[in-house]
Formats: sequence, C-alpha cells, structure tokens
Amino acid sequence: MHPAKSVIFFTTISGAGFGLIALLSLALSFGMAQFDIGLFTAAIFAIVLSSAGLISSTFHLGNPQRAWRAFSQYQSSWLSREGVLSVLTLGCFVLWLGSAYLAGQAPVWIGVLVAFLCALTIFATAMIYAQLKPVPRWHSHLTPACYLGFAMSSGMILYALVTPEDMASGQIAMASLSLAWGVKLLWWQRADKTGRDADGSTLATATGLTGYAELKLFEAPHLTKNYLMKEMVFEIGRKHATKLRYISLGLGFVLPFILLVLAGFFSAPVILCALPAFGFHMAGLFVERWLFFAEAEHVVALYYGK
Amino acid sequence: MTMLPQTPAKKLGLVIDLDICVGCHACAVNCKEWNTGGYGNALSDQDPYGAEPSGTWLNRIHSFEAIPMDDAGKAVPSDARIVHFPKSCLHCDDAPCVTVCPTGASYKRAEDGIVLVNEDHCIGCGLCAWACAYGAREMDEAAGVMKKCTLCVDRIYNDNLPEEDRVPACVRSCPANARHFGDLADPQSEVSVMVAERGGVDLMPEQGNRPVNKYLPPRPKTASCQSGAQDEAPNLVKLAQENTSSAQGGFLGWLDTALSRL
Repeated sequence: MHPAKSVIFFTTISGAGFGLIALLSLALSFGMAQFDIGLFTAAIFAIVLSSAGLISSTFHLGNPQRAWRAFSQYQSSWLSREGVLSVLTLGCFVLWLGSAYLAGQAPVWIGVLVAFLCALTIFATAMIYAQLKPVPRWHSHLTPACYLGFAMSSGMILYALVTPEDMASGQIAMASLSLAWGVKLLWWQRADKTGRDADGSTLATATGLTGYAELKLFEAPHLTKNYLMKEMVFEIGRKHATKLRYISLGLGFVLPFILLVLAGFFSAPVILCALPAFGFHMAGLFVERWLFFAEAEHVVALYYGK
Repeated sequence: MTMLPQTPAKKLGLVIDLDICVGCHACAVNCKEWNTGGYGNALSDQDPYGAEPSGTWLNRIHSFEAIPMDDAGKAVPSDARIVHFPKSCLHCDDAPCVTVCPTGASYKRAEDGIVLVNEDHCIGCGLCAWACAYGAREMDEAAGVMKKCTLCVDRIYNDNLPEEDRVPACVRSCPANARHFGDLADPQSEVSVMVAERGGVDLMPEQGNRPVNKYLPPRPKTASCQSGAQDEAPNLVKLAQENTSSAQGGFLGWLDTALSRL
C-alpha cells in the first residue's frame, strides 16, 4: 500500500498526543502528579500533537474542504468514528483541564473518561486499517494492539520527561516500550506468515477461472501505472524490509531504552535523556509505520499478475 | 448514508461471458466516452500525450493465459487458451466500500442495489478503494473524488434514449454480445437464467462481499479443437499443399490454374 507521509505522521503523532493525554488525565485524577506549570505545558503539548496529527491527516484528501462531512457516518465507518472520537476526546480534555486549572481539582470520573476516550480513539484509528479484509496483513486484532502499545510508549516517554523527580514514571516508560515492541514483534511474526492468499484469494478465485493447471497474466489492461497500481501495488518497501525493521527497532526501542536506563539508574539528567529518547522513538515509529503501509499487500495485485 | 440497505428490491447488475469476450476493449472505451460526459465529474487523464499517460477508467480488460489440465491433473500446454477478463464494479450486496465511507458519499441504492458515489460529498480519502478487493474504484486525480461504475444509471432509466440504448454503455457496445444487463434478484430474468444454465460464478467469494455481477466461465473446448484430435490436422496440411503446389505465380501460374480447371 502506498505510504502517504501525511498518514504516517498522523497515525504516529496523534497516537503520542492521545497517549500523553490519557496518562496526564489518569495521573492527575488519582493524585499521582500535581497540577503545576510543567504539567500544564505538557497538556498543551499533548493537545498540539494530537491536533497536528489530525490536521495532517486531511492533507492527503482530494477535497479537504469537505472534511467536516467525515463526522457523519459513525454508525458504520471506523474513519468517521475516529474523527468523532478524537474531537470528543480533545473537547472533554480541554474542559477537564479548564476546570482543573480554575478550581484546582477536577472530577476523577471525567479524567478516567478522558483516558478511556483516548484509548477508544487510538483503537478507532487502528481499525481503519485492521478492518480491511483485502489487506490480510492488517486484518488482525494485533493491529489495534500495536497502535495502542505505541501510543502508550510514546505518551509514557513524554510523561517521564515532565515528571523528572518521579522514578516510577521512567520505569513504566521502559516497561511500556518493551511491551509495545513485543506486540510489534508478534505482529511482524504474524505478518510474515500472512500472505495475500491468507483468506484463500488467488488469481483463480479473483477471475473465477478455477480448475486450470496454470493461470497467468497474458496482457495487462494498460501499459503505464494507474491509480490502483500506485496506491495498492506498491512494491518498493519489500526490497529493504528487513534492514528497515532493524532500523526501526534500533531507533524506536534500543536507543530510547538505553537513554531511559541512563536516566533511571545512572542519575543522568532526565531532560537530556527523555527528550532525545522521545525523538528517537518517534523516528523509529515513522520507519515502522512506513513499513506498515509499504509492506502490506492488497489482493487487487492478483489481477496485475503480482 | 453508508449503512447498507436490507434487501434491495432489485439487484441490477451485469453478467459477463468469459467464453465469448474477444478482448477488444470496446466496452472500456465506450464506458470512458459515456461517463466522461455523464454522471458526475469528467473522467480525467493525466499526461495523456506524454511518456507516462494515466487516467480514470471504470472498466478495465485484463487478459489471462489459462492452461487446462487433463483427467490425471496434468497440465496440457498445447490446449492453452487466452481468456479476456473485463473488470468493473460488481455492485456487491455486502459492499465494504460503502460501509467504510466516512462521509456517506458512497452508498448503495435500496431500490435497485446500484452502488454510487455522491461526488459532492466525497472527500477523496481513498479508503473505499482500499476496501474493495476487486480494484473497482479509481480516484480521479483532477477532481479529487472517487469514480466508479454507475451501471450507467443515467442511461438505464433515461426515457430520452431509444429503448435499445437503455442499457449500460459497455453492454450496448459489446460486438460479441459477451455482456448482459438485468435484474439478478429475479430468478426468471434472462440474466438469472443464463447464470443458472452456465454456472455463473462470484469473484473472490471468500472475501464475503456477495457480488451481484456474475461471470460465466469459458466452455470446455470442443473435441475437434483439442490437441488429442489431431487426425484433422494432416488433412488441412494436405489441402493447403494441394492448393498451393500449382501456384507458380504470375501469368504462367494463372495460366496453369486456368488450364487445369478446363
């Protein structure tokens, strides 16, 4: 599948934003953190991240001026649900933040609700891809698990950054990093075993020409690439897939983990460790997400003899 | 509205006969011609006269080479055949392209089952094209909206056209009569009878989309065409030799033939 930059940016950045929103809401609701200027800045940053992601997702649209219409079909469409949930989550968080700022304390249940809405939003984002049966690699419960895991890990590194005196947050960040990449390894393991024919789709079922000893494309309908081939028969990613997986693991897991260990166990300054850790993690996620799209195979490629 | 209708009263669709399609692409060309001036935005082309032309088409013809197998399951390459395979929207009963649409632009009509795009509501996100296993939807790069087969909804109900033209453009233009249009919900309709008689099939049934359009598989080759029936072939060769042996060419050749006939 064609890896659109705007969609890669959207899925990774808004995941980090909603992850941080969820963690801030929970920590403040249960008194694990105090509401100060640092946390307030973090909350604003989280809103900026998730909004930037959402806005960038409109850049790949053919008619972005009509994007508001995407809020209407929440009954059937995961993309619509994602839009509705993200606005609802951001709205609730802003209200909750305002009341916390003005009254010094905000109702616990709203904080829990915001965290729950964050998880639902990320789940809906992942379901946009996981629902697609013609792309067997994506069509798995592991896909939302990965998205949730990475939202948690990126949010947690940011949370560790804003709570430098809290030893536990750095350790939870390390744990969530390991968990998220563990799920991703499972996802890759499944993906490698899940070809385009996972549901039994072959050129024979695609054309109804069953019962032949051999069937192959003799002549394509067109000589140059069309929309379908550019969008769904994207083949560049597969060539360097293994190297790119190691790069994403190195950037997204190994480097941030080492930096968090330095901060947590060798009393290196948290700001000098968690900030680059977040940068490396996001860079690793960009590579991971690029591969997520570029490696995915769509059954329509069967018609083109691929 | 992107919820699917319960059971459409009619299921208008196409039946495509892979046995007699000659692969001339006339249906695709006439489709492009009709639909670029009909329903919705024009079907644009990019770099049409350049080195890498591309464009929006609602119907594409793929050609496949099929090698049959004998009773023992062994390939018989000498009986290989070319099957031309026209592909357009199948107007599925469980159309995933409809339910994934975030704006309600993509919809399936309750009255006749036709799957359409309201181009004024389409944001061009492309998710419906990803959801379609058959590659039936193509984004128009000029208009930024999704295009797909409308089953020529602006022809089939058009009282301004003579009755014989009130069928989809592809059906009207097919010189081999390989494309048929009708109501597949009605078991008595011509298309339904054809599907029943010829064993019409769904494409990728495992994807669970329940397509309305059906494809009629190629008939088995008749005995005289198969490589086993080779006794006909030498006769043809002999005949050809007889007819050409005397042909010397030029005036003398003509004279030879003319005198032989006397």
